[in-house]
Amino acid sequence: MALLETRGLTISFGGLMAVANVDLHLEPGELVGLIGPNGAGKTTIFNLLTGVYHPTRGEIIFNGRSLVGLKPYQITQRGIARTFQNIRLFGELHVLDNIRIAYHWHSRYRVIDAVLRLPSYHRGEAEILSRSKELMRIFKLESYQNEKAKNLPYGEQRRLEIARALAARPRLLLLDEPAAGMNPQETKELMALINWVRQEFDLTILLIEHDMSLVMGICERIYVLDYGQVIAEGPPEAIRNNERVIEAYLGQEVNGVAPQGGKS
Amino acid sequence: MTKVQFSRKNFFALAGALLVYFIIASLLSTGMISKFQEINLMMLGINIILAVSLNLIVGFTGQLALGHAGFMAVGAYVAAVLTLKLHQPFLLAIIAGAVAAAIAGLIIGLPTLRLKGDYLAIATLGFGEIIKGLANNINYIGGAAGMIGIPRLTNWTWVYLMMVVTIIVTVNFINSTHGRACIAIRENEIAAETMGINTTYYKVLAFAMGAFFAGIAGALYAHYFYLIQPTTFTFFRSFDILVMVVFGGLGSITGSIIAAAGITITNAALQDLAVLRMVIYALLLIVIMVFRPQGLMGTGEFTLDRWMPKRGEAGGSAGN
Repeated sequence: MALLETRGLTISFGGLMAVANVDLHLEPGELVGLIGPNGAGKTTIFNLLTGVYHPTRGEIIFNGRSLVGLKPYQITQRGIARTFQNIRLFGELHVLDNIRIAYHWHSRYRVIDAVLRLPSYHRGEAEILSRSKELMRIFKLESYQNEKAKNLPYGEQRRLEIARALAARPRLLLLDEPAAGMNPQETKELMALINWVRQEFDLTILLIEHDMSLVMGICERIYVLDYGQVIAEGPPEAIRNNERVIEAYLGQEVNGVAPQGGKS
Repeated sequence: MTKVQFSRKNFFALAGALLVYFIIASLLSTGMISKFQEINLMMLGINIILAVSLNLIVGFTGQLALGHAGFMAVGAYVAAVLTLKLHQPFLLAIIAGAVAAAIAGLIIGLPTLRLKGDYLAIATLGFGEIIKGLANNINYIGGAAGMIGIPRLTNWTWVYLMMVVTIIVTVNFINSTHGRACIAIRENEIAAETMGINTTYYKVLAFAMGAFFAGIAGALYAHYFYLIQPTTFTFFRSFDILVMVVFGGLGSITGSIIAAAGITITNAALQDLAVLRMVIYALLLIVIMVFRPQGLMGTGEFTLDRWMPKRGEAGGSAGN
């Protein structure tokens, strides 16, 4: 059974169809890329999947249940976490707190337990702390524990955002341009990290990316979006040689590799 | 190891709190504190309750609300009705006033907390005026003349006790996963929601909790000054409280306490200067905002840790 499926997913803003009749299909454990020129509707699809926007038409089925109409926090609780194209960390807070906040909805103790400092508060906090530290260790962020998130180097901020998304313990991870602004070396490390995270956390991943070396390097399947519609779908080799894809990116035939994304 | 030092820290905090209480209580009983200073002392305690509770809404949850005097009014009137008209005990009156204010917080919070920033400020400002308008037009509670002859039940013990309760509850709330959820909303509401936080729930919760303590402050106020009128709870009072919160640092409990105390004392000290008082007060605010725009404490806290051997963890420990 598919983990995520969209059927005829459509959203229009006024007269503009930002996303039109998109059918996505993700099997558990897959690593799928979503590419397309600027303004093709990639991030809009993420916003639809996470409940930031509600579809005008169409259906989103996750794990056998519809997500349409749910609020973003409810969708996270169903098991979808995401990162953002423009990093949205809690900049003024410490790295540790950024991760602890993501564990919030797994914590069981109530407000009254916290106010009265009952045993369940101490137990709950100890558990959140140990899990958060474990995650920071895995992501090699321990040395930044008491650093404000906004003071981290750019690459580390991206890593923290992924770590924070994982703290919510998702089954499906949506990565919106994880390599944006990274140099080739950092991108390489990121690719290794994504692959490893997927194994380690038993994840399904859908990622948006302009960096073709990353997309072609790690994605098993790719959806290509243009003007809100899926114009191609398939394994990287097939996409690389697809006429319509090349046309969408460049308007004419070139050597098959699309230009690297310049967005930050 | 952590556990032992934790309780040692709590012990010092408790000992300090009791010491302050008894020193001031004995000064009061021996008459070393004049009547005028006693009024200021009560206002100091009440202002600390108001500032700390507003900080929970504005400083920690990041919702700019300007209706705190409205919640204070609800608490004051409800408590006064209970003692003056229904002859109920003071504790019950305080609790009823606080609960009524919290309910008012829920009623006003649910629809308005969808609004952001300046829109929320205007909406809550309107709420404060509505409360004033209601009090003006209900004859049972005295209309524009207000309620006169409320028994003077508030004393130093009550004020101090309620102040300590407010601070402890707020600090414990903030240093929990629920408090962090509120702070996450302040930092980035979209990211908070994406992390699985029910942002509406926590905004309304913070609002209701803040209103609850403002209600307590109102009840204490009413039972100290014999008299409450709709004009006691104008927009200017909401604004005064906000000044204390900003002045102390948005998101710092100790900051709010220091600022509330400092502003109350400054106000009292400048009492004799009449009109000049407001000028000096305003100048003082401008100077501080220019040199410390983040407030006295920023988002940091003044903790006992500074004088103690380091605790293993430094995970955002607020207050003492």
